Amino acid sequence: MKKVGVLALQGDFEAHGAALARAGAEPVFVREAEQLRSLDGLVIPGGESTTMLKLLRYEGLSDPLREFARRKPVFGTCAGAILMAHAVSGPAQESLALMDIDVERNGYGRQIDSRVATIDPEPEFLERTAPGTLEAVFIRAPIIRRVDPGARVLARYQGDPVLVEQGRHLAATFHPELTSDGRVHALFLEKL
Amino acid sequence: MFQFTSEQFRVKVGLAEMLKGGVIMDVTNAEQAKIAEDAGATAVMALERVPADIRKEGGVARMANIGKMEEIMRTVTIPVMAKARIGHFMEARILQALGVDYIDESEVLTPADEEHHIDKNAFRVPFVCGARNLGEALRRIAEGAALIRTKGEAGSGNIVEAVRHIRTIVKEMKQLTVLGAEELVHQAKILQAPLELVEWVAHNGRLPVPNFSAGGIATPADAALVMQLGAEAVFVGSGIFKSSDPAARAKAVVQAAKNFDNADKLLEASRALGEAMPGLDIAKIPEAELLQTRGW
Repeated sequence: MKKVGVLALQGDFEAHGAALARAGAEPVFVREAEQLRSLDGLVIPGGESTTMLKLLRYEGLSDPLREFARRKPVFGTCAGAILMAHAVSGPAQESLALMDIDVERNGYGRQIDSRVATIDPEPEFLERTAPGTLEAVFIRAPIIRRVDPGARVLARYQGDPVLVEQGRHLAATFHPELTSDGRVHALFLEKL
Repeated sequence: MFQFTSEQFRVKVGLAEMLKGGVIMDVTNAEQAKIAEDAGATAVMALERVPADIRKEGGVARMANIGKMEEIMRTVTIPVMAKARIGHFMEARILQALGVDYIDESEVLTPADEEHHIDKNAFRVPFVCGARNLGEALRRIAEGAALIRTKGEAGSGNIVEAVRHIRTIVKEMKQLTVLGAEELVHQAKILQAPLELVEWVAHNGRLPVPNFSAGGIATPADAALVMQLGAEAVFVGSGIFKSSDPAARAKAVVQAAKNFDNADKLLEASRALGEAMPGLDIAKIPEAELLQTRGW
């Protein structure tokens, strides 16, 4: 069974743990750099990206995470996608720059603009997982404003990329861990 | 009716999910909000006076000044919560129109209605409510609360009431899990809570919404204690800005929430903090001045 870490500094890491277990992986809640050694992949969950950044720095985890990402797949959702981005705006903040995408924080507005949307993923996503629309839960979600030409957009909402794959990494601006649809986590496990 | 699966309710609970493992800090102005955000708070709670000052100064405590809240919302990018008086659905509608991210229908403010809480299902903005026991928590959830927090005793700097409340809620949930169907009907009567919710808790062993703690948290150790007892995140009211070094204490409580199970890291977080806020002996607070007994 694949061992997949979930960065457990803050946020909905337990929901990701449950989603990974449902998809057939063994979740490990990661709070220390040493825990990264035995993992096949890592999920950076939703939460507050500013809080996570401060705790990453305090715990000295940024460099170990960048190093891990050079070898193994990382999947970020919402705040996780913000941490993985190359550049962050709205306002500008640091990131781990694991993927060549740019994101704007709180791109849709405040909580009142949070929503559950039904989206039609790109054919490639359906071919690699299973047919059917995707329920996307957006919570004060970021918007991906730029995608490297070499990256693959696997789903869009209102024209903007919401699920992007670049090399071994995957980023979603929505929360597949908050739905019962396991296809996005299954897709990530396929990459391990 | 409860619509746990409705899109609106899931979006409301969704934001609470994102706040887990974090610290929500009471702030009265933009400058404090910035200190909280810089320390790593997951959200700030805007209010006119922190509970310790409300307790000291007395009078009617209301929803915060709109201009102050707007300034806070412009200053930080983390979610901004705000308090409305119990039952004051017009304060709540104004806060929704303002665009705050969460409303706390709070016993810390002076209640506006001594029988009814706000019909929170009627709002698009999510609500958090305080509770001392499971019955109170489930009544608030039935009204539409998407997040529960212990009441504790706000502004006291004394953790004993928050501990009592989280222990009570956790114990009452455990007890439900071993009861039979006819016993749950009886428990619903005792808890004064809808049977459907009582059955849900009996089946799942937890609340249908996240469960945080508030009321009396003054140190990193306090935050870690309530999280050990089952709280999934903490609210710190007077504990930050009534201490001698708010920025350092705010940072330390954020670290404690993440490391609540690691005494070595808690020791590290507890160093060089200056003075904690002054605390009150609950037994010496006159009955009429207790905040936790507000709410029905």
